[in-house]
Amino acid sequence: MQLKIQYYALMREQAGRSEEMLETAASTPADLYGELKSRYGFTLAREQLKVAVNSEFSDWSRRLAAGDAVVFIPPVAGG
Amino acid sequence: MRFRFTETAIDTGGARRELLDRGAGGYCSFEGWVRDHNEGLEVTALEYEAFQELAVKEGERIVAEALRRFPVKHALCIHRVGALSLTDMAVWVGVSSAHRAEAFEACRFIIDEVKHRVPIWKKEHYRSGDSGWVNCERCAAAPGLHEHA
Repeated sequence: MQLKIQYYALMREQAGRSEEMLETAASTPADLYGELKSRYGFTLAREQLKVAVNSEFSDWSRRLAAGDAVVFIPPVAGG
Repeated sequence: MRFRFTETAIDTGGARRELLDRGAGGYCSFEGWVRDHNEGLEVTALEYEAFQELAVKEGERIVAEALRRFPVKHALCIHRVGALSLTDMAVWVGVSSAHRAEAFEACRFIIDEVKHRVPIWKKEHYRSGDSGWVNCERCAAAPGLHEHA
């Protein structure tokens, strides 16, 4: 299944890209983060992140579908 | 849009005019500025980055919640993104209402919620030449100490 992944802030720098189309067997955002954490060496633990699917906050156990756009959200610091 | 981003200086005069209302007895605003220090380090510049598609939705939800919780007339929040210098305004919140108490309360509510909930990130550049993403780098070294809400 192909997913669109977008990266922001610290994770964009660690991944060395701001987005990619990814072929993956991961069925949930939790599985996907595990896969990408080992690929890119992300330093943040999953418990420190939130996740968005198709531009809305999502549960980590949601079933992903082909074409979904996934964004991992590191601790925020607006204001 | 009651929550929006800008890549240029925030037009506070224009923003304030959006809150005018014949039933309002006053208005209250908060400006967040870029300061020269954070957690013991000397800051020389900042960059803000946002996941704008989700950030504007979450920001709108926060302003809508403020309008439900407090009997105010209008509320608006504008956040800068991109590179900012010391003393630049990073965020502006304004609320108009019939009476002052709820304007102060709603303004405080909006800025507090924006800081905790909206996907915006801040990279600080330090005098030492180092840089770091606020709430991300040191908490990566010590998970759990800076859990965000």
